[in-house]
Amino acid sequence: MSTTGLAQLSDDLTLLTGLLYSLAILGYAADFAFGKRRAAAAVHPAKEAALVGAGAPVSGSDDPGSADEPAAAAPAEEPGRMSVSMRVALGLTGLGLLVHFFSILTRGLAAQRVPWGNMHEFILAIGFGAVAVFMVVVWRFKAYFAGLFVLIPVVLGIGLASTALYTPVGALMPALKTNYWISIHVTAAVTASGTFIVAGAINVMYLLAARYAKLKADGGEIGFSGIARKMPEASVLDRLSYRIAIFGFPIWTFAIVAGAMWADQAWGRYWGWDPKEVWSFITWVVYAGYLHARSTAGWRGQKAAWIQLLAFGCLMFNLFGVNIWFSGLHSYAGL
Amino acid sequence: MSTDVTERSDLDALPQAPGGPPGLGALGWARWFWRQLTSMRTALVLLFLLALASVPGSILPQRGPDPGKVDQYFTQHPQLAPVLDKLSMFDVFGAPWFAAVYLLLFISLAGCVLPRSWHHLKIVRARPPKAPRNLSRLPESDQWTTDLPPDEVLERVRTTLRGKRFRVDTADDSVAAEKGYLRETGNLLFHIALLGLLLAVGAGGALGYKGNVLVTEGDGFANTVAAYDRFNPGRGFSDGGLQPFSFHVDDMHVSYINSGAQRGQPSEYEAGLTYQAAPEDPKLHHRLSVNHPLNVDGVKVYMIGQGYSPTFKVVDGKGNVALNGPTPFLNSDAKSMTSEGVVKVPDAEPDQLAFLGVFLPTTVKTSSGLVSAYPGPLNPTVTLLSFKGDLGLDNGTPQSVYQLNTGKLQKIKGAPHTLKPKQWYTLPGHAGKVQFTGYKHWASVAVTYDPGRVPALCAAVAAIIGLLLGLLIRRRRFWVRATRGADGRTLVETGGLTRTDAGGTFAAEFEELTTRLRARTGTAPDSSHPTSQGKE
Ligand code: HEM
Repeated sequence: MSTTGLAQLSDDLTLLTGLLYSLAILGYAADFAFGKRRAAAAVHPAKEAALVGAGAPVSGSDDPGSADEPAAAAPAEEPGRMSVSMRVALGLTGLGLLVHFFSILTRGLAAQRVPWGNMHEFILAIGFGAVAVFMVVVWRFKAYFAGLFVLIPVVLGIGLASTALYTPVGALMPALKTNYWISIHVTAAVTASGTFIVAGAINVMYLLAARYAKLKADGGEIGFSGIARKMPEASVLDRLSYRIAIFGFPIWTFAIVAGAMWADQAWGRYWGWDPKEVWSFITWVVYAGYLHARSTAGWRGQKAAWIQLLAFGCLMFNLFGVNIWFSGLHSYAGL
Repeated sequence: MSTDVTERSDLDALPQAPGGPPGLGALGWARWFWRQLTSMRTALVLLFLLALASVPGSILPQRGPDPGKVDQYFTQHPQLAPVLDKLSMFDVFGAPWFAAVYLLLFISLAGCVLPRSWHHLKIVRARPPKAPRNLSRLPESDQWTTDLPPDEVLERVRTTLRGKRFRVDTADDSVAAEKGYLRETGNLLFHIALLGLLLAVGAGGALGYKGNVLVTEGDGFANTVAAYDRFNPGRGFSDGGLQPFSFHVDDMHVSYINSGAQRGQPSEYEAGLTYQAAPEDPKLHHRLSVNHPLNVDGVKVYMIGQGYSPTFKVVDGKGNVALNGPTPFLNSDAKSMTSEGVVKVPDAEPDQLAFLGVFLPTTVKTSSGLVSAYPGPLNPTVTLLSFKGDLGLDNGTPQSVYQLNTGKLQKIKGAPHTLKPKQWYTLPGHAGKVQFTGYKHWASVAVTYDPGRVPALCAAVAAIIGLLLGLLIRRRRFWVRATRGADGRTLVETGGLTRTDAGGTFAAEFEELTTRLRARTGTAPDSSHPTSQGKE
């Protein structure tokens, strides 16, 4: 197939991906609206908390987990019994992921290089990373319930990448193309970002669930956080989000180091505090802050979750804000 | 006799009273302050301060990477800029307040990590804690019966667990085992590596140097401060420390993409170098290109740009050849490689001569005049504006080679004159004549010496390894108790616990371990008890 044919195919597949994910979102939403409350199979904090409370000699210090927040008994529904709409949604997500893969592959073939060389391509790749990580999380922790919250930002990203940020296939800048560090660095950054998206989605669910639990206890007006009625326990969400975030953190660290090695080879310095580097650093520091907050008394639970949200904001700002505003640094600084 | 690591609770239990401890002397206050500084909470606050302090460095132009933009900011904001400058806002990452934040953070880090390391060293030799009374209340538990006597069961259990690299201890009727000390080791390694990284980056910056120089093909460079166009030594660097290498640019090749959306971008450029590590050393060759730096004597030489040096022959008013060679022109636009420069002829007599020139590699005529349509040299021309008089080079103030000081110069009458290669232009008034003899390429080269590079890389790698160990390994405990039941058979109970099951795999590990122990102690599962109760 010709290069332009491949490029066109890639764009079509991207649209198809967006369509499949959108349909999946409908499925997840239907499950939220009509499904029963589900358990998270992978976590059973209740017992541990009870044990520690009973004074057994197991007060291991290894866990920064939410001991502040004695978990209530596990939710009622049996895991593994999925509603029809959930099954359909998962199937659509899997199919979408496959199509997504081919859209990235054909783009790479059309450009004859790694297909993450500009913002359009980063966003599509990060979206792929997020959905792939979500599928792993579904398989590993049965976290089906996160589908809605993961896929919404992914679909928004695909929409943005296909419209305002659309970029036709082109070659890489010469400084970039002979260097394998770009593929290593960008692949790591994309994987870490995808992981942080999933962690962030579940983190938002945690905040909603915690708010819902508090409002319910206080007998207040439940309002929007009523959506959390169909979510697992807040503490379960909190732990899950943490687990996924600590998976992303070393990858992000590695991405920064690989980027420094690339800069060392291409520009003669490994760190020069350009805006992209500054914001990668800020993102890293704030995620480290989140991990610390999880083991600092008085900061666990919702405060830590807000920090993770802030870290995620920095990550997104690095992706969008820095690319859009700081390329013209002088005009921005002139505000 | 819990041998648990207690540093978290220690840390969390640090004094929190804002007023400090009452009734303590200077020593008490110092201790209190030190504890505050090394607490998790302070570390957290300092981490946020560090992130916050970096933000202006990305919003405002910075002197290091972009001095030109800082000047521009000063002209645009004459009132605000000096104030910001006082606050080091144009040099955020070298600012005293930025240093204060990271130094506090790292003192806090050292104060926190070193005692923890000491504590951990003791822990590593400690024995696993004794079995809790009721194993079935643990998150993972199981039991079965066997005909083997309890001692024999425990003996087999010990062997199996040791084979699985558990640390094993026996007390009365039970075996306690623990594994995963690497978690804390990894966490400490990570934090210590961060300290190392800061030291490496700091020392590298202070003891190294950076320089830029532009070399035309056919010319050479020897590593002395005077030879650089720009030279930035670190605080602790002395000029005597410059490595005595030199190189000569033998030839250059530049090619451009000549079709498609990126037409006109350079696709490749490289320079053939002959270099020597020291004047007496053998001559070696290297092809220098963007991702292929020269490494000589610990110094790295990078190619960072390229351009044209048109060559001229100038005959002065007296008929002598006053100049014959290349002058580097700087390109104002990478897409067309329209390049501008100044040709100074201080040797010309009776008057010194100078030319302001524009070099167009691929000249085409348009309604608005001559422009360059392509960066490659398909149809090169140079257009000159001529001056004569005094260049002002003798009064000792250094001059940029790219700027003309027209104070004592007088423009020679006539419009700018455009020359093709080999063409001559005779200046009016017997001032002399100039020939555009051709062009050469120049390479702009960055020379960096940073003795902290390799240590910084090692520290970064250690940090990543530490992170992976710290975040992915679980500290886990496993207990087995064997007691003789009323029926004379032996009841074997097992229980397991982990607090950080990041991978979510402990249940599976527990099950596998139990299955293996059942097999080793020779009995089929006892169906009267649920297996692995934790998975309810
Ligand atoms: C540059 C500054 C620092 C960075 C980037 C950093 C980063 C990290 C990271 C990524 C973790 C892993 C989180 C985990 O294991 O759950 C961690 C854990 C930890 N850090 Fe730091 N840290 C820094 C400074 C400090 C300081 C100053 C202290 C001492 C007060 C400290 C104490 C700890 C402790 C006790 C843990 C273990 C928490 C746990 O077991 O979960 N850190 N740190």
